[in-house]
Amino acid sequence: MKTDSSGRRAGARTDSSGRRAGARAGSSERRAASAARRRVVVLAAFVLLLLAALVASVCVGARAIAPADVWRALVGADGGEAYLIVHDVRGPRTLLGVCVGAALGVAGMLVQTLTRNPLAEPGLLGVTSGAGFAINVGGLLGLAGGQAGQLALASLGAALTAVLVYALGSAEPLRLVLTGVALSAVLSGISLGLRLTLPDVFDRYRFWSIGSLAGHEQAPLALPATTIVLALAGAVLVTRPLNALVLGDDAARSLGGNVVRTRVAVLVLVTLLAGAATAVAGPIAFLGLMVPHLARRPAGGSVPWLMAYTMVLGPVLLLASDVTARVLLPTGEVPVAVVTAFAGAPALIWAVRRRGRVAA
Amino acid sequence: MSRPVAAPPVLTRSVVLRVGPWSFRAGRRTLVVSGVLLAAALGVGLLGLCLGGGSWTAPGEVLAALAGHGDSVVVVREWRLPRVVAGLAFGAALGLAGAVFQSITRNPLGSPDVVGLDAGAYTGALFAITVLGGGPGTLAGSSVAGGLLAAAAVYVLSLGTRLSGLRLIVVGIAVNAMLTALNSWIVLRADLDVAIAATGWSSGSLNGLDWDEIAVPIAVIVALALLPAALSPAMRQTALGDEQAIASGVRLNPLRLLLVLAGVGCTATVTAAAGPIMFIALAAPQIGRLLAGTAGVALAPAALAGAVLLSAADVVAQVLLAPVALPVGVVTTVIGGCYLIALLARKARRAAGPPAS
Repeated sequence: MKTDSSGRRAGARTDSSGRRAGARAGSSERRAASAARRRVVVLAAFVLLLLAALVASVCVGARAIAPADVWRALVGADGGEAYLIVHDVRGPRTLLGVCVGAALGVAGMLVQTLTRNPLAEPGLLGVTSGAGFAINVGGLLGLAGGQAGQLALASLGAALTAVLVYALGSAEPLRLVLTGVALSAVLSGISLGLRLTLPDVFDRYRFWSIGSLAGHEQAPLALPATTIVLALAGAVLVTRPLNALVLGDDAARSLGGNVVRTRVAVLVLVTLLAGAATAVAGPIAFLGLMVPHLARRPAGGSVPWLMAYTMVLGPVLLLASDVTARVLLPTGEVPVAVVTAFAGAPALIWAVRRRGRVAA
Repeated sequence: MSRPVAAPPVLTRSVVLRVGPWSFRAGRRTLVVSGVLLAAALGVGLLGLCLGGGSWTAPGEVLAALAGHGDSVVVVREWRLPRVVAGLAFGAALGLAGAVFQSITRNPLGSPDVVGLDAGAYTGALFAITVLGGGPGTLAGSSVAGGLLAAAAVYVLSLGTRLSGLRLIVVGIAVNAMLTALNSWIVLRADLDVAIAATGWSSGSLNGLDWDEIAVPIAVIVALALLPAALSPAMRQTALGDEQAIASGVRLNPLRLLLVLAGVGCTATVTAAAGPIMFIALAAPQIGRLLAGTAGVALAPAALAGAVLLSAADVVAQVLLAPVALPVGVVTTVIGGCYLIALLARKARRAAGPPAS
């Protein structure tokens, strides 16, 4: 299939056959219907993938559990080993993965759509490292005690970094990435210095320098999960105005949208999503970059569909990375951020090369 | 070669040295700046000798100890001197490598640490330690191979995108991220003692270097440094643009290949001995260029600025959190990252606002 290479903006690329359809106006309605059906089919496929990822995430690990045993552990309360593992370790961890994956994927998609920058992503822009750094510093000042405190600190750090990076690098997409990387490097250097100075204080906070889902199975999920779910609901509400904003500020205004309000709402949502995800799992980069890029082609320029696909694909990718992280080492496991970086960096290269071809 | 009929005013302010068939020309300001930087490097080196290990020795005593008198001969000559010499030599090597890469890519951001060569060299070094398990020779060879592979990967992946400035850098960032992930996986897989050694070294550190460990790297660096020095006239021609360079008799591809080899060699040698020390290669050439007021990246000021930067950062790393000896890479990362952000901010202002003047 030959795709429309000049379609730079997603909206222009709804369907490569769109031009031909214009010639035969009678069939356009049928085509729209078939496009809608295709989108539903794709969504169903993604949901199936999510189910597979959920099963794998509960079954695979240091002690493999057969899916049948998982089912038995879920429905009955026999109190056996499989029951304990499923209920106390892998179940909460899988839920955590679903929340964090959806949050990071949607945050990445919102930033990319808002800035019209295919390279933007909270991890790459340093927003998640800013959140992790804020928790580290809060720990030094004795503020990061409760979960609410951590969440507030992470959101504050995310907001400050987002504003700083955007102020410095908004002129050009590639520059934005570079600014984010530089800022992450500075913050990680300072964190490492602090940690070496006060090893006993910072041993607890080491976790927030590299993202991982391990070791937080016992932490109560209610507060961060509620925040993420509320922010995701907000993101769903903001899709319509955002869909108009994709066409450009003027078009959005003439369609009756409040551009400034939409922008602010999106930024607040991104901050909340990235902050909450970092507060529970540490900084995880590249996930928010990969997911929207995978979802963009099937969504075909529609922001609501892109949002739906992102919400499903984000957990799929994070859970798959987490399962990989568990089996990569003969003993113990790799932090999941290592896996997402290894899998996601090619997505960055691909995006950069693609932009190169379009611009040339 | 014939002399130009009317030399432009800039050329008149230069010094020409002729020895037999060899001639050497340098701007007067470049010479002065190089001299000042050399003095600064020696001064910082002396400070490092006085300070080492958190205790202070008077400069007079240090100088006496260097000459072989007094009580602190062993401390100064055997403990502190290797570290100071390593700081100066490694800093110079990184500055040189940065100058070479920045002039090849014609981009102040195109330095080996940003585009992932340090991470590649570190991957090579880790591979040598965990899999090959050889001596220093294997380590050096493997890290050079890792650096070259990373350079080749970045180059191939940026092909077809016109190698234009920032795109190359962002491809480099992606390669860097992948290699860093790979490195942490290797470290986590390794046996505990190897892992501890590798982690202490992963952010770049001069802690605990002795003469045996630095002798070979320094010899290699000196040998590699001769290459760009010999090629510097041709490098100056290429700064004018590819067509100009070819027209004036420069064979571009062999030149680039040699320069890349020298640059990667310098970076990888330093990485094999001290771990990936970030941002010196990024900052030093630009500082040298600003001080010397040259149009392109000048090699000698870049190397000397690198020596000053790394040894100063090492002094800071030892003093900052006094009982704890920070890895010097932490200090260079923080300073260099701030420098990079400032660089980007200045460019953004220039791009966004009207011209200041």
